[in-house]
Amino acid sequence: MKETDWRFRVAHREAWIGLGLALFNFIWWFAFAYGLGSRPVEEYTYIFGLPDWFFYSCVVGFWVMVVLVTVVVKFFFVDVPFDEEQEESR
Amino acid sequence: MNYSVLIPMIVFLIIIFFIGYWSSRKLAGSSNFISDYFLGGRELGGFVLAMTMVATYGSASSFLGGPGTAYTMGFGWVLLAMTQVVTGYFVLMILGKKYAIMARRYNAVTMIDFLKARYNSTAVVLLSALSIIIFLFSAMAAQWIGGARLIESLTGLSYQSALFLFAISVLVYVTIGGFRAVALTDAVQGAVMLIGTLILLVAVIISGGGISNIMQDLINENPNLVTPYGAEGNLSAAYVSSFWILVGVGVVGLPQIAVRAMSYKNARSMHRALIIGTIVTGFIMLNMHLIGVFARPILPGIEVGDKVIPLIALETLPPWVAGIVLAAPMAAIMSTVDSLLLLVSSSIVKDVYLNYVKPDASLKTIKRMSFGVTGILGVIVFLLALDPPDLLIFLNLFAFGGLEAAFIWPIVLGLYWKWGNKYGAIASMATGILSYIALHFYNIENGNLFGVHTVTLPVVLSLLAFIAFSLLIKRQAYDYNAILYRNEKQA
Repeated sequence: MKETDWRFRVAHREAWIGLGLALFNFIWWFAFAYGLGSRPVEEYTYIFGLPDWFFYSCVVGFWVMVVLVTVVVKFFFVDVPFDEEQEESR
Repeated sequence: MNYSVLIPMIVFLIIIFFIGYWSSRKLAGSSNFISDYFLGGRELGGFVLAMTMVATYGSASSFLGGPGTAYTMGFGWVLLAMTQVVTGYFVLMILGKKYAIMARRYNAVTMIDFLKARYNSTAVVLLSALSIIIFLFSAMAAQWIGGARLIESLTGLSYQSALFLFAISVLVYVTIGGFRAVALTDAVQGAVMLIGTLILLVAVIISGGGISNIMQDLINENPNLVTPYGAEGNLSAAYVSSFWILVGVGVVGLPQIAVRAMSYKNARSMHRALIIGTIVTGFIMLNMHLIGVFARPILPGIEVGDKVIPLIALETLPPWVAGIVLAAPMAAIMSTVDSLLLLVSSSIVKDVYLNYVKPDASLKTIKRMSFGVTGILGVIVFLLALDPPDLLIFLNLFAFGGLEAAFIWPIVLGLYWKWGNKYGAIASMATGILSYIALHFYNIENGNLFGVHTVTLPVVLSLLAFIAFSLLIKRQAYDYNAILYRNEKQA
């Protein structure tokens, strides 16, 4: 029996990271949208003209995800070969 | 007819044709026709990969229907649309490297190839091919109708002529160019969508007198427009959140998206695509839907949601700029249609014909079949879209949710769960599709069950079915290296 392909361990870890990011994304999005957005409209404040709940949930949330994805990809994702021949010659 | 709007769009079409022609010349010198025609020879770089995913996914609904609904519903709908940011990274991270490695190991060119090799079951292949052909065919026809309507409203041509124009343009470059043409034109189309969105947003904000001004107008009209709950206050948190499944994470199960995750050149392209894809998806979704809301005080009283974007572009921009900007929804529709067309024809030629009808077909026959089937499919869609039958519209309603419920677990658990087997896959697909259709009717009659979108429960049920049947019938751990041993023995 062969050892588990080392590339699979990399792939599995990265899939879990994807799941984690999605979960974090959801919580951020949900908490700001419904946490701030449930107040009466008169109490809303406006940032760059946009309602605060929307600004934090969707605008800031989007850029937070862009930064997180970039950081995760640059520092935690591993470059692996996809073809078998390259793996054999390792 | 408004020529200054039309000319930029025609220039755009000419560029698209040129790319199709260029790809066809590259295809002529190809040594591996199937992989090249249906997968672009697995050599997509990061930028093209990201753009082709965004362009394929961003369909008529992101550019016409979605902003139109935002116009009616207000900020609640923009919030809902932002659930799509997750698709920008999630699909590539989940399918990611394992899918790319396994696809190469199996020598898979379509999603069905992958399922066939993983589950080793005729029933899985035929069930998948059937779902793809039926659902995607309907989804495709709906997009053609959208494309024709857009041309119709811009040019004043009759619906039939508009549809004809649209059909010819799509068919020519898909038929001759294959996947590479589709992916490359997607890249151009993605760029057009990005620029078009930005220009239109700025124009709308300026003609609305600034964001604060627009916001005040919206509050004066109906304060609910700026809450997360929609104009009528009927968007519940549970309903909006359930869109995370339909348009966010569930997209992993869409065959036209999954096939792109086997087309990248190497890990570095995939990494770049992750970052670019997240930025582009989020940017387009956020801004297109904001445009929809902002358009409300500028052009009140638009009845048909699909017309909001064309009308607001013509209102706020000089005609020739409007032409460039409106090439964006056009691009979105075309790039969705071309991928679907290619996917349906690959299901017919590769998954059914080559697997079961004539496995030893010569290269020449395969080539002729691929061009022929793609062309014939196009003609059939054209004829159906001329006067859409009720059945088509009905099937289209199921297309995305149904495909997600059917495929998400056989793909994802097939990759990551060694206990998954063909019984689980068949049970999961059947449960997904049937419960989706059943629930659809239930929800029409009684309102949404548990207040969530129809796709939510079938996804959960098909997961349970997958796990239960895999463990109960012929439970056996799958060896992901099995194919490798077989190849070594042969060598």
